[in-house]
Amino acid sequence: MIFAGIDIGSNTAKAALIKDNTLVGTRVMPTGYHHLKAGTRVFEELMQQTGLSRSDIRTVVATGYGRASIDFADKAMTEILCHGAGACFLDPDIRGIIDVGGQDSKAIALDDQGHVDNFAMNDKCAAGTGRFLEVMANALEVALDQMGDVGLTADNPAKISSICTVFAESEVISMIARQEKRENIIAGIHDAAAARVAILAAKIRIRGPIMMTGGVAKNPGMIAALEKRLNQPLIISPYCQETGAIGAAVLASRM
Amino acid sequence: MPDNPVAPPKIKAAKKMRDLMTTYYLEALGAAQNNRQVAWITSGGPVEPLVAMDIIPVYPENHGAMIGSAKMGEDLCAKAEDMGYSPDLCAYARSDIACAVVKGGPIGGLPKPDMLICCNNICGTVLKWYEIQARYFQVPLFILDTPVCHTGYTPEIADYVKAQVNEYIAFLEQVTGKKMDPDKMNEVGRLSYEGQRLWQQVLNTTAHKPSPMSAFDAFFFLALIVTLRGTQIAVDFYKELIDELAQRIKDGIGVVPNETFRLLWDNLPVWHRLKWLSDRFSAHQACLVADTYTSAWCSALTHIDENNFLDSMAEAYTRIYLNIGVDQMAQEVLKMIRFYDVNGLVMHSNRSCKPYSFGQMDIMRIVREKTGIPVLMIEADMVDPRYFSESQMETRIDAFMEIVKHKAGRS
Ligand code: SF4
Repeated sequence: MIFAGIDIGSNTAKAALIKDNTLVGTRVMPTGYHHLKAGTRVFEELMQQTGLSRSDIRTVVATGYGRASIDFADKAMTEILCHGAGACFLDPDIRGIIDVGGQDSKAIALDDQGHVDNFAMNDKCAAGTGRFLEVMANALEVALDQMGDVGLTADNPAKISSICTVFAESEVISMIARQEKRENIIAGIHDAAAARVAILAAKIRIRGPIMMTGGVAKNPGMIAALEKRLNQPLIISPYCQETGAIGAAVLASRM
Repeated sequence: MPDNPVAPPKIKAAKKMRDLMTTYYLEALGAAQNNRQVAWITSGGPVEPLVAMDIIPVYPENHGAMIGSAKMGEDLCAKAEDMGYSPDLCAYARSDIACAVVKGGPIGGLPKPDMLICCNNICGTVLKWYEIQARYFQVPLFILDTPVCHTGYTPEIADYVKAQVNEYIAFLEQVTGKKMDPDKMNEVGRLSYEGQRLWQQVLNTTAHKPSPMSAFDAFFFLALIVTLRGTQIAVDFYKELIDELAQRIKDGIGVVPNETFRLLWDNLPVWHRLKWLSDRFSAHQACLVADTYTSAWCSALTHIDENNFLDSMAEAYTRIYLNIGVDQMAQEVLKMIRFYDVNGLVMHSNRSCKPYSFGQMDIMRIVREKTGIPVLMIEADMVDPRYFSESQMETRIDAFMEIVKHKAGRS
């Protein structure tokens, strides 16, 4: 029996398939403007990739911001529940999750059985989200996926004091004007974003071991900054970006 | 989710209440022609002496709620910001200050006040707000200062507030040029007590499963105990409402079809999104059965001496929900969680109302430790829609309900 999860995030659409509690495959592509189109495509491409057809799939669960648009899904569930289920699937010992996605970040606490017990999300502000890092990468003319490595080479991380993305951007621009080293500015940006995310974790008193999920978990600079703030190592799965989709597939298998 | 469950019959008293409110506002708007005086008063202010002296009390905060419900908050708040006020200022204050100047809002502005009565038992914002309005309208302002009762009501606080109650009466006598009639005052005090007692009874009906009305209904029916407290009108109306609710209970009518989950709401409503929120929760078969806000207008009942209203008034108005310590607030919340037997708590972190929103993190922690029920914190503003993000709110509510269902063993 094969189950599918589809996660429509603000930047990327993800799909995952599981069979007998093992991962069959995952796929990621940009979301673009049309949620349903993106969901259909990522799902079809994944079936092609794994040599499966629609009739092999028993149940589909959709999650993410675009979850309601996926009309062929059997059920829509929130990212919170799916990230919880996905993280537990990837590592059953996980008790806390930090998810930093494109337009929001969240902290999720799991109970002893691995069920979602509590969560906190960023308020209507981009600080501490993937978008924040994107805006900053643009201002600094660094490729987003290079940002983490560059930041790790800092010798004297800058201090970004604004918590607002717009203000932080102008702070960064004035640092550029002062010819502050790029790597130091980037390290400062990571720390500022990590500080925002750490507040969410503190709000719900998250316990370890903590897994970091979401696209931003691919950024080593951000991971280092968060580990420092949270005072513990973060577990990063190679499927960090697809965790929500995997969780959706897991939940589909339980329906 | 059941497909389109049949909507329960509406509460009939709602129409009557709308009529009563219309009459009340018409009377207030026509006060000057009828040689009556109007006092603007804060929502938690001691209104009974005004009623006893035949002054029409008008509540800018109730007006603010109307502005919010009519979705006119954004323009008025923006107008106040144009006038130089900070967007961080309470949206009731912003919309009232703007409305006084542009005469906007759903009823074209409030009647001009002859005096202003400000009691800071709800917040410190009202002090500056009422000073601004006193300057704008050039009318006398009376301030009743009620110290926060962090741990209790001390003899010093008692003496201090009682002395001010005397000054308050003297102020009213001076502004109206009339003496207060103690018999009339006692009568109004008795009616106020009776009204509050009945309001408590109205709220108590929702302990029944299924709940005959929701907190969203309470937000609506609240207007009378706020604006017409101390009158026979409020007493009669709530009696009628209680009868109707009792009948609904008898007939097994629940306001949320297939009520399965019961929730408690904390803080002011999001006036501009009542229907949206109500629908969102109903879709999960969840009923917000009670809230900490509407019960604030009867929470001090235990401190009122029905036969000696004026003397006990000082204590009753000082010890209201917003004027006590966070630990005591948490105790009140815990009491409500037990009484209404709820599965979860929804806390509205209200951008406008700092005194209400401050301390919510602690209350959340205490509730989770003591009861283990899920708690949701949502960020919004009671009047200003610019702080509301629909898709973020949807995700939070849906995720919260997933947890509530799971804990109740129904996922
Ligand atoms: S700050 Fe809160 S208590 Fe004060 S006027 Fe505004 S809403 Fe009312």
